Amino acid sequence: MAVMTIREALNQALREEMLRDESVFLMGEEVAEYQGAYKVTKGLLQELGPKRVIDTPITELGFAGLGVGAAMVGLRPVIEFMTWNFSILATDQIINSAAKMLYMSGGQFNIPMVFRGPGGSAFQVGSQHSQALESWYAYFPGLKVVMPSTPADAKGLLKSAIRDDDPVIFIEQERMYGNKGEVPDDPDFIVPLGVADIKREGTDATIVARSLTVPIALKAAEQLEKQGISCEVIDPRTIRPLDIGTIIESVKKTNRVVVAEESHPFCGVGAEISLQITERAFDYLDAPVKRVSGADVPMPYAKNLEDLAIPNVDQIVAAVREVAYM
Amino acid sequence: MAVHYSKVLPVAKSNSDMRKRTPEPSRRGADEKSATGVLDRDSVAVANTGELRKEQQQVKADQKGRIATLDKETLVNIYHQMVLVRRFEEKSAEVYSAGKIGGFCHLYIGQEAVAIGSISAIRKDDYVLTSYREHAHAIAKGMTPESVMAELFGKATGCSKGKGGSMHMFDKEVNFLGGHAIVGGQIALATGVAFASKYKGTDQVTLCYFGEAAVNQGAFHESLNMAQLWKLPCIYICENNQYGMGTSLQRAMSSHDISEKACAYDIASEFVDGMDVLAVREATLRAVERARQNYLPTLLEVRTYRFMGHSMSDPGNYRTRAEIERHQERDPIKLFATSLKEEGVMADKEFEDIEAQVREQVEKSLRFAEESPLPDTAELYTNVYANPIEPGKR
Repeated sequence: MAVMTIREALNQALREEMLRDESVFLMGEEVAEYQGAYKVTKGLLQELGPKRVIDTPITELGFAGLGVGAAMVGLRPVIEFMTWNFSILATDQIINSAAKMLYMSGGQFNIPMVFRGPGGSAFQVGSQHSQALESWYAYFPGLKVVMPSTPADAKGLLKSAIRDDDPVIFIEQERMYGNKGEVPDDPDFIVPLGVADIKREGTDATIVARSLTVPIALKAAEQLEKQGISCEVIDPRTIRPLDIGTIIESVKKTNRVVVAEESHPFCGVGAEISLQITERAFDYLDAPVKRVSGADVPMPYAKNLEDLAIPNVDQIVAAVREVAYM
Repeated sequence: MAVHYSKVLPVAKSNSDMRKRTPEPSRRGADEKSATGVLDRDSVAVANTGELRKEQQQVKADQKGRIATLDKETLVNIYHQMVLVRRFEEKSAEVYSAGKIGGFCHLYIGQEAVAIGSISAIRKDDYVLTSYREHAHAIAKGMTPESVMAELFGKATGCSKGKGGSMHMFDKEVNFLGGHAIVGGQIALATGVAFASKYKGTDQVTLCYFGEAAVNQGAFHESLNMAQLWKLPCIYICENNQYGMGTSLQRAMSSHDISEKACAYDIASEFVDGMDVLAVREATLRAVERARQNYLPTLLEVRTYRFMGHSMSDPGNYRTRAEIERHQERDPIKLFATSLKEEGVMADKEFEDIEAQVREQVEKSLRFAEESPLPDTAELYTNVYANPIEPGKR
């Protein structure tokens, strides 16, 4: 096991998969000469060359569509959005082309590609650069949506995503690139898509968290442990397809659930998870499912306001105490 | 003065060349403008019949010159294809009106010379992507009228198993990569297909069709920029039928010269008479050579006209009957038939034989579609993912 950052783990995954399969290429803004706006692609141009690692003009719709076209004829593009905020310009190609191509061609053209980049909030970058878009993409059948929260998951999931035969939306968290953790040395290590991970076992309440809220939930669980509440923290890791089975099993054990997410609450993934819990495990619930979400506002710039807009440990602790009637 | 149907813009060698070419507002002066009412580049003026007739003679003369360079089999095939897609579309209209085809149905009648002429210039392993007005391109690329008609009927035997419909025809076997229904979307996709050819080192070229209204979309500009920047073997064919649904080019585009827009991206371009099937073929051949030999893209602006509405539900109140009739004078099939006959390539009997063969082909496609089963209801949930994952399974 080596200790590395999420940034380094992603870099390793890209490098290994590109060495493994010549049909994989990496394209995006500043991925090559600049070594990546967030240095995730550092060194790849030098090792793999300009044919495989390609800087694009600032033309998100264009290079997203180019990637889909290349995938139609057998390449496996990894398209980097400098941030997922910019993917909004490319949604036509992601949704109308990538997600639907296999279906509307009657099964003839699958799209084996990955759209990846940082999403969610960063540090005081304002409304247009701080958005969690997973519920948008998870809405569409045809897309798979992945959000890692640890270096090991980041590496293993990205490798699975690149090997997958469908379009995968891979959302990294901008604030978490420097987070460190252990990553298995085995070059064949992968994390399968569609499998949730129990990040902490517990008996009294379940916290379903993803991406940024996973480490926050783990801290909250530590505090709650001291207050006599044992929390189980579940990270779905893949938003679509969602491993609801693992969540339901936990709920049947704890009978209390908090869903923690940095995205807006309305029509969010947390809303979907909450509903699925009530559909499948209503009789096991001792309290209504509680959500802790990002504030329902565009992201403010001011530090104090930004802090208020992102879920924190105290909010999760309070929510768990609420479902535990404490 | 003579109308220039074919205008090759060589790729500028330097910035100074570019600058010389760019601001030429007077290039289309009054004298040029009056050359023809039909191909008038700036207004929908009423045609001067005398001028029109003169111009017709010129087109015929040009076409006859081209006929002399081709063997009979090629010429007959091209003519056969044109008649086939015309009769196919007429039949589609008929059965659509009878309620057998659902949704939208965009007919190609009037534009046949574009798809048939250009696809006659490529190889079977080359790629074609186009918009939602794609029945003709699909057939020209080698799909059977049966599989296209069955798709229109939403039957299991359709080219997309009945899941695509009129606007989403696909056939991997013949490298027909679809019918795409968001205006301009296919332009970026085609750029990617061409990128893949270069990446893999093949000499396959990609033809990408779109209407003139798509030129106003970002996808057009983003794609052309990348194609020339990275030297991709993509041939962008703008089928300028002069209307984006009910909005004329004049009401939608600040600069009407589409081929000239290639200057912005340093791409070679040509303006082509889209009513002359052989002119389209020749221009495409030049572009194909550029793409196959040197991985270079080309923009072709092919001026054409659709004789039918935008779709079957179009009331057509945005243009006059007289305007349509004026363009029908230049019906690409009639024009080609006359040339073939006058040049002695085909005799009356051969024309009749082709009509009979085509009628049988279309009837056969209709019978096939009618007799085919609907998709199995289990098909609703297939083909969503190539690799469906059962959540929780390691």
